Amino acid sequence: MNFDFSDDQKFLKNEARKFLEANCPTSRVRKILDDDAKAYDEALWKAVAGQGWLGAAIPEEHGGLGLGHIELCAIAEELGRVVAPIPFASTVYFLAEALMLAGSDAQKAALLPRIAAGEVIGCVATSEGPGVLSASAIQASVSGGRLSGTKLPVTDGDIATHALVLAKENGQPGLFLVNLSAGVTREALATLDPTRDAAKLTFSGAAAERLGAAGEGLSLLEQVTDRAAVLLAFEQSGGADKCLEMAKAYALERYAFGRVIASYQAIKHKLADMYVKNELARSNAYYGAWALNTNAPELPVAASAARIAASEAFWFGAKENIQTHGGIGFTWEVDAHLYYRRSRQLALVAGAARVWKERLVSHLERRNAA
Amino acid sequence: MDFNDTPEEAAYRAEARKWLEANAPKKAVGGDDLEGGTKDTMAASKAWQAKKAAAGYAQITWPKEWGGPGGTPIQQVIFSAEEARHPVPPNPFAIGLGMCVPTVMAFADAETKTRFVGPALRGEEIWCQLFSEPSGGSDVAAARTKAVKADDGSGDWIISGQKVWTTGAQFSSFGIVVVRTDPDVPKHKGMTMFWVDMSDPGIEVRPIHQMSGGSGFNEVFFTNVRVPDSQRLGAVGDGWKVSLVTLMNERLAVGGSSGAGWAEFMEAARGLTGLDGGPALKDQALREKIADWYVQAEGLKHTRNRTMTALSRGQTPGPESSIGKVVAATQMQDLANSAVEMLDQFGIINDPALAPLKGGFHASLMSAPGLRIAGGTDEILKNIIAERVLGLPGDIRVDKDVAFKDLPTGR
Repeated sequence: MNFDFSDDQKFLKNEARKFLEANCPTSRVRKILDDDAKAYDEALWKAVAGQGWLGAAIPEEHGGLGLGHIELCAIAEELGRVVAPIPFASTVYFLAEALMLAGSDAQKAALLPRIAAGEVIGCVATSEGPGVLSASAIQASVSGGRLSGTKLPVTDGDIATHALVLAKENGQPGLFLVNLSAGVTREALATLDPTRDAAKLTFSGAAAERLGAAGEGLSLLEQVTDRAAVLLAFEQSGGADKCLEMAKAYALERYAFGRVIASYQAIKHKLADMYVKNELARSNAYYGAWALNTNAPELPVAASAARIAASEAFWFGAKENIQTHGGIGFTWEVDAHLYYRRSRQLALVAGAARVWKERLVSHLERRNAA
Repeated sequence: MDFNDTPEEAAYRAEARKWLEANAPKKAVGGDDLEGGTKDTMAASKAWQAKKAAAGYAQITWPKEWGGPGGTPIQQVIFSAEEARHPVPPNPFAIGLGMCVPTVMAFADAETKTRFVGPALRGEEIWCQLFSEPSGGSDVAAARTKAVKADDGSGDWIISGQKVWTTGAQFSSFGIVVVRTDPDVPKHKGMTMFWVDMSDPGIEVRPIHQMSGGSGFNEVFFTNVRVPDSQRLGAVGDGWKVSLVTLMNERLAVGGSSGAGWAEFMEAARGLTGLDGGPALKDQALREKIADWYVQAEGLKHTRNRTMTALSRGQTPGPESSIGKVVAATQMQDLANSAVEMLDQFGIINDPALAPLKGGFHASLMSAPGLRIAGGTDEILKNIIAERVLGLPGDIRVDKDVAFKDLPTGR
């Protein structure tokens, strides 16, 4: 039994934490938060590329470090702790994973090395408006290798060089790789978490290459999303742990009625509840990491469970961290709202919890019926 | 991350499997896990324990000097997991072997140790732990059962008072009891631990009729029970410290949670009529609950895997193992109630011949309140997480520097 990071992985994680504490303090995150013109922290993006993290799970032949996905999970957790304002998830969890899963040799050779080098920024364009994504209602379409239609919201759509787009071709949903250098107009959208921007993309004849076989778009998107869900769960887990740490630190220094508020049972039980949720999230995420790294048949179920547990833990931690802080926690100056915002961004970017719960139970139904 | 045994662990597992195949009972005898069996299952339980002891599979981590094989915690976990695949009888020995006997081993003289350890290991003698009292369940140090020196100069002690919630007292040959020996000092300083012979005529065991209908726990009354000073465990006044040793020896909680879970709920929902006339399993509210329970159950399972990893590496498990019961007990109650509600009007029927799962959900519903209290209430467990895991300060105490006899006691 080995259900933990290895010593090497722990070393990498520790190095990542030190690097991010030095290079991504919340003062840096706030520069993106407070400046509407800035969509992401370019300097941090370059620095992260310099660390090799963008290519952590990309094979060496394609310019990556050729480590496994467990290493990528370790990095994701650390990025989540510091609410890093960079398009890491869009580029690495979605675009690179989709390419490694279904890209042609030419597509891999063309893009993976540039992803690893930080020259390519990815985005995922599936949604076309409010409400749960419905494949049959998709309007965007591809004909003769040209894409037209509108996608919103697209996280990192305003800064991306390449997009994964869900569109219909001959009436069937497909997942397409689209170079955003031509045939697209972009309009930035106001977001709940301004440290992670989003845009509306309007395509008018952009060149689109289908990933995978015709008619397999939805299943491919599900596979990519399952992989991304595990990695996102580590980001969420890192954020949730940080919320508990912030709440604990404040509760230990804040006095009310003559004693630190951390000595009141109402606060202690609240923090204990946060701890329980965080541990459940971590344990589910570990199982997801194992399934992702070994490409196990259990991945869809493991990813769903990791996603649900992590979304719940980060939401609970983020809101109760503010509550523990009291009035000061409601101010712009205190960092608690950065995590509150990010908890929503991460929980929604790849489908809300109720979508994942439905997905999980559908998988369980099939598994138990079989 | 992987789930494979190391080569040594795999060899141990294979050996244990082989032995279990050859020796484990093929047919189950009934029993209740919460209560550690009934008098009907006791003979089977004792026979199985004796067999395990002879083969070195009882108390695997016990050192050779105690009669154990001196194995590792991970070997114990492996054996328990393999044993759980067989219909073995209930285990009424866990409290004695996990908590009471180690306390005796830590504090008794050599002669006493030699006398007790073998019979306990082989399941010939069962031990119970006499801590809780009517006046203090979570607050063990509030014990009022008292021991006073006999006035005949013999050095003996006379114990009088009442203990409660004593698991297995009705089957026990011996017990360890924490009593008040000095009411004039603060509560934690005036207690002393003894071992007692449960067959003493001054000890009366009365089963508690639980709200679930069963009677696994007992009240134990002490009326002028004379105990020689040689049965004292630890110094006079050190009872609290000794009881901490007992509680520290509490078995590592590695077992799976018992009772109906998400899979049984899902199976039941498949066959019941839901809101729109279709199967209840299509009701979205129920599907969300199933997802939540699954995620919790998986979270606990993999938390145990993390604990096992630490054991496998020879490390002390991290604090994450402390979340188990508080999650499992709450889920048991919620799931059972949702299952009963799913039956709508029919939910009031708990007849095993008519209710789903032979009334299993109803039985869970009625025993869940006990699980949320036994072995540390939800509230105490959250205090433990807050204080020992997160390092938050303890509550302000009004009972620490006051003589026990001067403490307010209510009724």
